[in-house]
Amino acid sequence: MTGREVVLRLEGITKRFGKLTANDAIGFALHRGEVLALLGENGAGKTTLMNILFGHYTADSGTVEVFGKMLPPGAPGAALAAGVGMVHQHFTLAGNLTVLENILLGTRPLFGPGLGRAEARARVERLSRDFGLAVHADAKVKTLSVGERQRVEILKALYREARILILDEPTAVLTPQESEALFATLKRAVAQGLSIIFISHKLHEVMAVSDRVVVLRHGKVAGEVATAQTDRHLLAELMVGAEVALPHPAPGIAGATLMELRDVSTPAEGNRSGLCRVSLALRAGQITGLAGVSGNGQGALADLVSGLIAPESGALLVGGAEVSGWSPRAALAAGVGRIPEDRHATGSIADFTLTENAVLEGYAQAPFSRRGWIDWRRARAHAEAIIAKYDVRCPGPEARIRLLSGGNMQKLILGRALEATPRIILANQPVRGLDIGALTYVQERLIAARDAGAAVLLISEDLDEIRVLSDVIHVISAGRLSPPFARGSKTPAELGVWMAGQGFADAA
Amino acid sequence: MRLEPVADPGLVRLIGLPVLALAATVGVASVLAMLAGANPLAVLGLIVQGAAGSKFAALETLNRATPLIFTGLAVAVAFRAKLWNIGAEAQLYAGALMTVVIGTQLGLPGMLALPLMAGAAILTGGLVLLGPVLLKVRLGVDEVVTTLLFNFIMLLFVSMLLEGVLKDPMGMGWPKSPALPRDARLPRIVEGLRLHWGFGLALISAVLVWVIQVKTTLGYEIRAVGQNPQAARFAGIPVGRVMVKTALLSGGLAAMAGFSEVAGLKGSLTLDLSPGFGYTGIVVAMLALLHPLGVVLSAIFVAGVFVGANSMSRAAEVPTYIADISVATALLFMVLAILLTRFRVVRG
Repeated sequence: MTGREVVLRLEGITKRFGKLTANDAIGFALHRGEVLALLGENGAGKTTLMNILFGHYTADSGTVEVFGKMLPPGAPGAALAAGVGMVHQHFTLAGNLTVLENILLGTRPLFGPGLGRAEARARVERLSRDFGLAVHADAKVKTLSVGERQRVEILKALYREARILILDEPTAVLTPQESEALFATLKRAVAQGLSIIFISHKLHEVMAVSDRVVVLRHGKVAGEVATAQTDRHLLAELMVGAEVALPHPAPGIAGATLMELRDVSTPAEGNRSGLCRVSLALRAGQITGLAGVSGNGQGALADLVSGLIAPESGALLVGGAEVSGWSPRAALAAGVGRIPEDRHATGSIADFTLTENAVLEGYAQAPFSRRGWIDWRRARAHAEAIIAKYDVRCPGPEARIRLLSGGNMQKLILGRALEATPRIILANQPVRGLDIGALTYVQERLIAARDAGAAVLLISEDLDEIRVLSDVIHVISAGRLSPPFARGSKTPAELGVWMAGQGFADAA
Repeated sequence: MRLEPVADPGLVRLIGLPVLALAATVGVASVLAMLAGANPLAVLGLIVQGAAGSKFAALETLNRATPLIFTGLAVAVAFRAKLWNIGAEAQLYAGALMTVVIGTQLGLPGMLALPLMAGAAILTGGLVLLGPVLLKVRLGVDEVVTTLLFNFIMLLFVSMLLEGVLKDPMGMGWPKSPALPRDARLPRIVEGLRLHWGFGLALISAVLVWVIQVKTTLGYEIRAVGQNPQAARFAGIPVGRVMVKTALLSGGLAAMAGFSEVAGLKGSLTLDLSPGFGYTGIVVAMLALLHPLGVVLSAIFVAGVFVGANSMSRAAEVPTYIADISVATALLFMVLAILLTRFRVVRG
């Protein structure tokens, strides 16, 4: 490996944001024809590093060298011109244009005569054949699946003659099967002399696809190892800096059904799937896990349980009685504790203090208000109690919540929900983006709530998380819900089949 | 050049930057005075003297500030909820109209007439804003457009009435309403001085709005809806109902400006009742950073600049548009100062 040509070299990259050092003297080299995994938790500095590489940020010190030439700092476009292509986590495609048009977009005028479209098409088709990236060049992008869109993004980079490909968390939106196909493509690409940086925080993927691994922790390189000479345990230790002890809860003891959906349908919204005749029972003392590729109806189900939408048809029962006038307030009154998917946009108000955020769901009732007058003393005491009990690290209850890290913000939201002693708990992606400490804490609290008799609905795109925590697993695909699978009764591959939409009664 | 957020601006920035903004405003005004061929120091002195140099001048400034406090509060309340009420002018005229109708047509004694006039004005002002807000909540119609256009509708409507049913038969043909009877007018705060009780009501309103904002669930809801409607909705705050309440409050406050101008100062309704108090209210509210007590100070500042510049232009023969420009530059510099307390400029 060491004998090969170095195509990209980062040296001594340091970037500070105020007191935070996001990148601290990071250096590594990428060789021709290898897949280098950049592994690290959220907040470890991966994104900052890539932004520096692409000239979106200027490093405080350090250099970027591509094919032996220095990249000028702070010049986006220089990296592109030097042959570095990036596939972002969120795609940058125009849905109303065809695949071919999307690939050509920005490289030449789109319309007009004599622009060599036939030639361009031939090149795209050749690239897609060579790299095993099957897509139909004339299909409108909006008709494509997520996996296909990703292929278009990769083709786009290849068409611009990228020799170095950077993929930012590429599997976050894919089923296990689609991920396998992506890995096969990457292997073909490196065989043809491309070099790839694969950014991820999922250990098994890194083990499956990479040749070498660079582990980042707190903005520093924590280790650099050949994949063949390491294992998941070692990588996990490097990543978090300690032995990892994820919760492995004993099975829950199922009690009465607290919430039930009977044949519920809800309309689709934009490119978000609705629910299609979903029946589901949430039982006391159980964590019900919902697996699936994002956008397949998880959002609609979460909105339904949290009170934002009501069933279009079918029935929603709480405690055996059908609900009427379902709303967020009705949900709260019925004992639903909610942890929303997006803690910044939905779960909190950034410029409100911790106190104000702590009473966001309860401000309208005693003891926090009487006849329209808010009792700020009690509100503050409530916030202080949550801060102490849930270990929220913060300057104090009067600090704005925007100053908190994601983990501490999530702990406040968790505390707000759990302190109301809910009977039903909706936890939508409760640990996404959290560091390992906050992650285990939140998971342990959810397990404790389950053991205390709550019915928990856990929604996550992380299949491992679902499999470890859930007593019962459902898979959601295109708004349809699979039958319940008992803990441990299905392998990830078997669940993946359901995630891809096969196995349902109406599947072809 | 980029902007990077500042975590803690520190006291020096918080106080220094607004002072710098004020100094910059004075600088621009001085340059304008020089261009007009006058000594800038003399012009500034005359403005200050004209605005606050005598008891008469100071009271004139407070009189002028009164409608601006009301419209400034109306805008501040609405903007807090991110309800862009550009229609304070229409709500002001609606309030003035109701004041005149009740005060001149019903023949009630003053003790009864004044509260009824004010109540009817507040209600009507609120209803004028309710239409655009319901359109926004129900159909997503942009309230900037509807409230702005309502200003013209209302002014033309008032004009129609003043040329028609509300025309003063003793007005010698001028488009003017009959005058309010003596006892249906707001008394002076101190007998013999021109300042009327409208100013007192404006101060009370500012305190009330402040109390609503910090102490009540409604104030909390308004702030939550303004800052993050998605989170507010998720938490169970009835966003539409909060918008409606905000509209009634904001429209009512703007209408109080009309009530106080008619019942406190003019005594009758004409088409030049407001030289754009509704629009200037936006400037006043922005200068005050939407803080209700700050609105009182910024309204007095803006009123002082206008009153002072008026008297200066008579003495120094410098045109009064220097006042308009000064208020506008004060706003621009203040907005810049606020930006710089939250962000710092970084090269590269």
